[in-house]
Amino acid sequence: MALTGLDIFKLLPKTNCKKCGMPTCLAFAMALAQKKVKLDDCPDASDEARDKLAAAAAPPMRKVTFGSGENQVQIGQETVLFRHEEKFHSPTVIGATVSDKLTGDELRKRIEAVNALRFERVGTKIGVKAIAVVNDSGSADSFAAACEAAKTASSLALILVSDSPEAMAAGAAKVKDRIPLLASATPDTAEAMAKIAKDNGCPLVAGAESIKALADLTEKINRAGVEDIILNIEGPGLKNQLGKAAKMRTLALKKVFRPLGYPTISFVCDGDPDTQMVAAVSLICKYSGIVVVDTVEPWALLPMLTTVMNIFTDPQKPVQVEPKIYKIGEPDENSPVMFTTNFSLTYYTVESDVEASRIPSYILVVDTEGTSVLTAYSGDKLNEKTVADAMTKLGVEKLVKHRKLIIPGYVAVMSGKLEEATNWEVMVGPRECSMLPKFLQEVWN
Amino acid sequence: MPVPEVKDNFAGSVNRITLGATKDEGGTRSSIVTIGGAKNVVYGGCPEDAGETPVIAMDVLDSKPQDWPDALAEPYEDVLGSPADWAKKCVDEFGAELICIKFDAIHPDKGDKDADHAVKVTEEVLKAVGVPLVLWGCGNDEKDNQVMPKVSGAAKGEKCLIGTVQEDNYKSLTAIALADGHFLITAAPLDINIAKQVNILASDMGFLLERMVTFQSTGALGYGIEYAYSIQERQRLAALSGDKMMAMPVICDVGYESWRAKEAKAEDSPGWGAVTDRGPMWEAATATCLLQAGADIIRMRHPRAVAAVKKFIAEVWKNTG
Repeated sequence: MALTGLDIFKLLPKTNCKKCGMPTCLAFAMALAQKKVKLDDCPDASDEARDKLAAAAAPPMRKVTFGSGENQVQIGQETVLFRHEEKFHSPTVIGATVSDKLTGDELRKRIEAVNALRFERVGTKIGVKAIAVVNDSGSADSFAAACEAAKTASSLALILVSDSPEAMAAGAAKVKDRIPLLASATPDTAEAMAKIAKDNGCPLVAGAESIKALADLTEKINRAGVEDIILNIEGPGLKNQLGKAAKMRTLALKKVFRPLGYPTISFVCDGDPDTQMVAAVSLICKYSGIVVVDTVEPWALLPMLTTVMNIFTDPQKPVQVEPKIYKIGEPDENSPVMFTTNFSLTYYTVESDVEASRIPSYILVVDTEGTSVLTAYSGDKLNEKTVADAMTKLGVEKLVKHRKLIIPGYVAVMSGKLEEATNWEVMVGPRECSMLPKFLQEVWN
Repeated sequence: MPVPEVKDNFAGSVNRITLGATKDEGGTRSSIVTIGGAKNVVYGGCPEDAGETPVIAMDVLDSKPQDWPDALAEPYEDVLGSPADWAKKCVDEFGAELICIKFDAIHPDKGDKDADHAVKVTEEVLKAVGVPLVLWGCGNDEKDNQVMPKVSGAAKGEKCLIGTVQEDNYKSLTAIALADGHFLITAAPLDINIAKQVNILASDMGFLLERMVTFQSTGALGYGIEYAYSIQERQRLAALSGDKMMAMPVICDVGYESWRAKEAKAEDSPGWGAVTDRGPMWEAATATCLLQAGADIIRMRHPRAVAAVKKFIAEVWKNTG
């Protein structure tokens, strides 16, 4: 729980020595509560004060990593319930299952199918980051063999899924250098699983049906010496999972309830790919640090991964595209040229409508510090000068023979000045870019 | 260690509204739809705080769509030219709880059809189906002001949801919706302050806040959904804090927006899977995502996406405690 200024004041020497630069200890305590100064600025702070402040400053949700090297993944350390309050910090890790009932070619093909779940969209690479080996066979030997196969054939972070401590020990022994996540310890297997996690230096999933049982379980695991824990609400029903996940997140962040101060994992392995995709999207939005699915259909994974991308963007920071000339289709020296701003939402909307027109075009992206057309215009970031400068800098003249520039309908008012500044003929485009296909087809052809 | 109690002290809730008028209420609808009523954030509090189950309004266009991708047009192949048959198919075969007539063809650039056309479509659809209707203009202010009042009149007394009204164009439709006993959609371009302003303006004309539904604008998955998502969450929190000007249920336009996305319709995208699967899934994912932020009515198009989202809603909003 965050300490108040008065809580901190009680821990200070109360000498008003001014060595910290503040007039009084109380003033220093208040500043410290607002994180404007550091405790180190007080030369006489006691060890007790240091310990208490450090404990209070520990993040309400622990950061947990697994996997090794370049493919290490990180989850947790979330601070808010709603992304607009600050941002969501650790993008949900999406994993896909591999059953240990598979052997030989079938096993290899499945692992390759998981490896292949990588995409590039809007210039960013996204993909499945974990492979979950599932002990469906019930055999420790088969599990160990499948874990080893996954390690050899995939560089993704590993999740080992078994209820049997015997199988878990066998699997972990084969792949411990890759720091797999072990799933899961239950109230019945807590000690045995915690020992395997501790001996192999791996994080451990705690699985129980109720919030109370889960909190008790993490305390037990923690006492056994495992600090990196991930929570899993077991039991049937998506409603049950989503409801309990929301409550646990609230307890961890608002009540700083340490036994639940860990990230969560969800397994979405029932139903057809449509059902799994929809369930996964809801769990990504509402608080799962890891979502493991059974489907490996690319059309089901692409929307899940895009959801992660969107929900975990920083809402304080406008998402920008690089200011440059974008070619849509294969434009030539007679193709239309139009400009828009570098706010990514604006750009991608324009891009998709220009694509829909099927007329090869150049889109000149003017740097407006990530603001939309109207905002940039009212903020004077989009005017005849910024457009003319961008045209010169990016060499638009060399691209086309004509001298016609299509401008967004919302800034029709800058036509005159822009013609003067560039000596190009200005054509006023539509206000809504959904009308661009029609505009281009009629005006340009 | 005992698990602490979590108590929310929310003073407000989302307004609960019922669309559609049956015979007893002077209309001709055979079913009605109640939305809103949430007393907490999505998944927050106890089960009864969740309010009414969100509903899907399936889109019917007033004329045959010109630019629909094959994967979207295919399920409607036999009915695309007839709004009445189209609406009937949505209700009978795909379980639509609401039909949204989107008057695209009245737009000057998309057919420029007149009020007679729009009125005829409205009357035919009212006859063909018994579910409540959403009546949605084309987005061209001048044309909407000419045509939508006539549409409103054609459905007088049916308690439809009609829109949209914006900050700079709200007077004529607000007045006629009030006179004809409809509910009103107030729209804003992803700007929560403008959204509130539109509600205030319509309310100043005597339109009851309790009869409005907010449209914050929708971004598809991958195309700005996070803006709509956070605005909807902020609107829900404002409603819960007791802000009457923000306590309206929320409507989203998922069908149109998600089918514009490249991921939904690009035919030639190796490694992305078949386009026939991708389109419906993009739409279903967009809808599901917005449901997490609090959506009461979702406009959708593809039957497979509708089925996936309906299944999710049934599972998550069911009253099992």
